Amino acid sequence: MQKSPNRESLLRKPGFQTLLASLLCIVLGLLVGFIALLIINPSGAGEAIMDIMRNFLNYSKRTTQIKNLGNTLVKTAPLLMCSLSVLFAYKVGLFNIGAAGQYVAGAGACIYCAVGLGLPWFVCMLASILAGAVVGAVSGALKAYRNVNEVISCIMLNWISLYLVNTLLSGVKNPTSPYTYSVTKKLVTVDGVQQVVDHPQALLPQLGIQGLFNNNKYVGLALPLAILLAVCIWVLLSKTRLGYELRATGLNKNAAKYCGMQDRHNIVLTMAIAGGLAGIGASMLYLTGFEDWSVTQSSVPGMGFNGIAAAFLGGLNPIASIFSSFFIQHITDGGAQLDKQVYPAEISSLISSLIIYFCGFVLFFKTSLNRWLDRRGEKPLTDKGGKA
Amino acid sequence: MASEYAIEMLNITKRFPGIIANDNITLQLRRGEIHALLGENGAGKSTLMSVLFGLYQPEEGTIKKDGQVVKINDPNDANALGIGMVHQHFKLVECFTVLDNIILGVEPAGKFGLLQKEDARRRVIELSEKYGLHVDPDAKISDITVGMQQRTEILKMLYRDNEILIFDEPTAVLTPQEIDELMQIMRNLRAEGKSILFISHKLAEIMAVADRCSVLRKGKYIGTVNTADVTMEDLSAMMVGRNVNFHVEKKPSHPGDVILHVENMTVASKVHKNNAVKGVTFDVRAGEIVCIAGIDGNGQTEFVYGLTGLEPLVDGKIVLQGKDITNAPIRERSVSGMSHIPEDRHKHGLVLDYSLEDDIVLQRYFEGEFTKHGFLRRPNIRQYAEKLIEQYDIRSGQGPVTMARSMSGGNQQKAIIAREIDKNPSLLVAVQPTRGLDVGAIEYIHRQIVAQRDAGKAVLLVSLEMDEVLDVSDRILVMYEGEIVGELDPKKTNPEEMGLYMAGAKRDTVKKEA
Repeated sequence: MQKSPNRESLLRKPGFQTLLASLLCIVLGLLVGFIALLIINPSGAGEAIMDIMRNFLNYSKRTTQIKNLGNTLVKTAPLLMCSLSVLFAYKVGLFNIGAAGQYVAGAGACIYCAVGLGLPWFVCMLASILAGAVVGAVSGALKAYRNVNEVISCIMLNWISLYLVNTLLSGVKNPTSPYTYSVTKKLVTVDGVQQVVDHPQALLPQLGIQGLFNNNKYVGLALPLAILLAVCIWVLLSKTRLGYELRATGLNKNAAKYCGMQDRHNIVLTMAIAGGLAGIGASMLYLTGFEDWSVTQSSVPGMGFNGIAAAFLGGLNPIASIFSSFFIQHITDGGAQLDKQVYPAEISSLISSLIIYFCGFVLFFKTSLNRWLDRRGEKPLTDKGGKA
Repeated sequence: MASEYAIEMLNITKRFPGIIANDNITLQLRRGEIHALLGENGAGKSTLMSVLFGLYQPEEGTIKKDGQVVKINDPNDANALGIGMVHQHFKLVECFTVLDNIILGVEPAGKFGLLQKEDARRRVIELSEKYGLHVDPDAKISDITVGMQQRTEILKMLYRDNEILIFDEPTAVLTPQEIDELMQIMRNLRAEGKSILFISHKLAEIMAVADRCSVLRKGKYIGTVNTADVTMEDLSAMMVGRNVNFHVEKKPSHPGDVILHVENMTVASKVHKNNAVKGVTFDVRAGEIVCIAGIDGNGQTEFVYGLTGLEPLVDGKIVLQGKDITNAPIRERSVSGMSHIPEDRHKHGLVLDYSLEDDIVLQRYFEGEFTKHGFLRRPNIRQYAEKLIEQYDIRSGQGPVTMARSMSGGNQQKAIIAREIDKNPSLLVAVQPTRGLDVGAIEYIHRQIVAQRDAGKAVLLVSLEMDEVLDVSDRILVMYEGEIVGELDPKKTNPEEMGLYMAGAKRDTVKKEA
């Protein structure tokens, strides 16, 4: 008898309810994804869904498993930054669908600074933050001073950023491929002739972390830095005067204005911070050398959009985003494990979008749960009344 | 055999988590009577009406129509049973005509879905003549007076052949003359056999028009009385559970220095091309309560926005304690000694999804006491909130951490008043501070305002409530179509005279005097 109220009070906790709802969304998403696999090819569907969920565990050798876990983590860091960017803006009442474009701007800035200008990693990283912040601030300023819907301006800026960055990075392109030179190289002009020389200073420090992942050379500073920034965003939102102002602006713009907060200024600042977060995310990927930029790409990288997914799956909580980002990246990489002859790799994108779709039911789930708890809570009450 | 009652709600109990909103309530509406439903805010009136309209299902109790038990699952069921309601805030389409609004939802369609409005028009005119509801069927809602809009709402119910008419606080937006007309309309409706449920907390109106009155208090049914057998004092004692002093006790005012000087203030309108406030000039002195009276929509809202900095001025000058604040940002006005109890506590006054303590420091969070090096000083905020909660008797479920949204309207308003008064302002701008509150809370807020005046503060009260204007203020300025049309002494004037000024029928030329 004593246990039940305890369990109920746990079930009543909003945080626990969000966790439960997110897990339910994941299960439902995987279930519908599995149905899609069944339709494509029934015989291998069970195996395929397991492959997606196992991701790096598909490899039999423990060392390879760990190395591939490292690869997933390398891409988790930028995803986490994008999800922080989205959730930060969302807390202030803005839908930052422009995280993708801000991420692109950050990528362009850090690659150009590394390869074109030969600058060290921390300068490249600062350039990324700045570039993302500027792109974000443009959307913010348009919203604040011209009442342009941020979703519209963000989507347009995504494309503007993409083609500007493609143009900028064509200057540091490897002539034999559509890709730029790796960030470990730099271009120098000696006596009017362009030469490519080694430039390891642009790589993010590994801090010895690579040792934990079977010397996966791409793992390093990015992941701990991303987690640290998630904690910082949590502190900023919940403990500081700025966070108090920004949340008030997001929850009730009129009340914020009434008490003299500079609502317009806050909107620009919010979008600049959100942009900076997405921008630094790009440097966390490209400054590892894990990927190079293709200057012929004509679609905006999905990292920023996946950030929306991770932010919502994490219940818009910065700390929970760490885990949701890892999960989204985990199944995205898992999708790449599938037999391309039978299943498209996009099946994992389908699953993550299904999960997000089900996240729309989180509120519904919470209300139903509370109603169920209410009904249960009332029964003993009436029982007692009957006895008395 | 037909029952004596048109509608009966018997032993209704409705629970919400942690609260019993309706505890065994019985309400019996006789056919052809005007039955008042009286209760403070949070007494359970709205919940009871939501049960009647099928928005909530009661845990216990039954509803009977003409003696037959009925089940009301949604508002459509209520409609089918002939139950109609005039909401406090009208549900009209502004850019439609009166006729279009009346037939909305029950449009008479002929062949190919084409509207057949002629029959409808004839019926509307017939109904309006029968009940004395004067409307112009072809006028647009946005062009007609609030009183006519209300008559349109009443016609909507009659057009649908509703037998049971519910009026939710219908007099809140009307002038005294319009209120008299409404009372007459309600009597006409009763004479034609309609049953009326009149929700109100204005005792004088209940005494004037209702046959019987049921009283709720804190979710409980207190009783039903014949209004002929009781006095206003009896009713208020039933509603509040104690005797309430209607008259605001206050000593004569001793105005001191000029605190606020407003000169030729002109503010643009959001809705039309004209200015909403046109060249308003006046002073407010320390130790006096100046009230701006007028019917809703005559520029008071825009005036307050201009004064407090929410909207820029087109022209004019504002001086607070000798300092020109015409173009000062809101924060600067606030720290220079202006406190503002806003008209709409949900829109401006509170961040509803903030905790009570966070809302209490909304005007002071940036002060050193509550912020250090950019970080909030949570323990100080908690301590300050607890102090104000205690001092101003703000009641809430979980104290400082209660979500503002979950608090009752009266306590939300108390929190705002505590916040604005504790700032120790030199000028207190209170806009409709008692809107939608019950008698107990109104009494409390009036006492606070008078106490501020007695402490030597300048108070500018903007109110639509005639009684409040006459009771609380030391000087009345009547605003009509954005201009001050008269200055009245509350001791020498009466509601009728004020009504004439408010309706624009009378105006003085004193306004340029200052």
